Amino acid sequence: MSVQGPQQVLELAKVSRTFGQGATAVAALRDVDLTINAGEFVAVMGPSGSGKSSLLALAGGLDRPTSGGVFVESTPLAGLGLNALARLRRRAVGYVFQDFNLVPTLSAVENVALPLELDGVPARKAHRQALDALRQVGIPGLADRFMDEMSGGQQQRVAIARAIVGSRRLILADEPTGALDSTTGHGVMEVLRSRADDGAAVMLVTHEARHAAWADRVVFIRDGRIVDEATAMHDPAVLLAPAG
Amino acid sequence: MSIRHSLLALLQDQPRYGYQLRVEFEDRTGSTWPLNIGQVYTTLDRLERDGLVSNDGGDGEGHVVYSITDAGRAEVQGWFATPVERSNPPRNELAIKLALAVTLPGVDVAAIIQAQRAASMRALQDYTKSRRDTAANQRAADTAWLLVLDSLIFQTEAEIRWLDLCEARMVQLAQASGTRSQARKPSNGVTAEEAAPRTAENRR
Repeated sequence: MSVQGPQQVLELAKVSRTFGQGATAVAALRDVDLTINAGEFVAVMGPSGSGKSSLLALAGGLDRPTSGGVFVESTPLAGLGLNALARLRRRAVGYVFQDFNLVPTLSAVENVALPLELDGVPARKAHRQALDALRQVGIPGLADRFMDEMSGGQQQRVAIARAIVGSRRLILADEPTGALDSTTGHGVMEVLRSRADDGAAVMLVTHEARHAAWADRVVFIRDGRIVDEATAMHDPAVLLAPAG
Repeated sequence: MSIRHSLLALLQDQPRYGYQLRVEFEDRTGSTWPLNIGQVYTTLDRLERDGLVSNDGGDGEGHVVYSITDAGRAEVQGWFATPVERSNPPRNELAIKLALAVTLPGVDVAAIIQAQRAASMRALQDYTKSRRDTAANQRAADTAWLLVLDSLIFQTEAEIRWLDLCEARMVQLAQASGTRSQARKPSNGVTAEEAAPRTAENRR
């Protein structure tokens, strides 16, 4: 039913998600349409309880919609069994959460290599790709550190490296700067932005306007519905570059 | 904005003519507040009248060059040393608009808030991109421009946070009165349920 061009990495088509049944049913999402293309950074903004985290969970196959379809790189998630879904999540989708979900008994590079190794990538190759991801997030020197030897900002960078390692084309981030100071939060946005500039599709859920402003497109969600959208103008008449 | 003090501060650096002052001002503030050349000349006339600058005559190419006087230097020192006046808040059209909107019948406040939020977010996206691009290829002269951009980013972010707060207040108010009033239909055709869907949900 869905027609997808090669550029579409994520498509949510008429997605609804209802929790509970009958009189006590709560609609978390209603008829949401959202497409994110390769190279596009989309931020989803809304107050708590508006459905933005539900949207992210559906996008990454962590939850299934009550109705409507979710497509990742043209693959309908509804048609996948549990194993196939887990494999797609490991290969194509990277998550960044507010709490980093890192394994304390593994070093930074081992944490980043873990999803690759689970997916059957040989250890040496996984290690090499993990180092490359740590380099992209700016902390190649911390590869052998354990979590209790790193600051919150450094741990979040490890978590982002784990999300982008390999050739993941869809990065999903849920309030990834929640526990971080503003300078570190800025660094996280820089990494997400540069992944999009390198061709990944990035979806960021946030209530912080300052972070959403890094996105190409900001989607506003209220009571489970997308109510509006803001796309940067880049209008030179509005914002002039400095002379000279 | 004090054009008078800005021009004086630039003249403290070195003597300049009107057009140079305009270019210097705009370069250092990223053309965020464009200066009309007529404003520059009028201001220079007044500064000369008040003894804060002196007219050095022409530079041989048809420009009248001005330099700062001792009184002018003292004025600049005083300007830098004095905090910007806050006793009269600058007129905020958005705050005025919302203050009136919430007190008038038939105005869809939620729609006003969302339209403004989307517009402010577009501006914030542009400022953020401009800041990123400038920081990536930074020249020495860009330090001032980056500070101005940071100021615009903070102001716009504050505006969006304030709009979020206004919206939350409106939802609370609607919930409080939701049990009493029927869903009304404002003049623009948006139902109360569309404007504040949570109210409707809570009534069920």
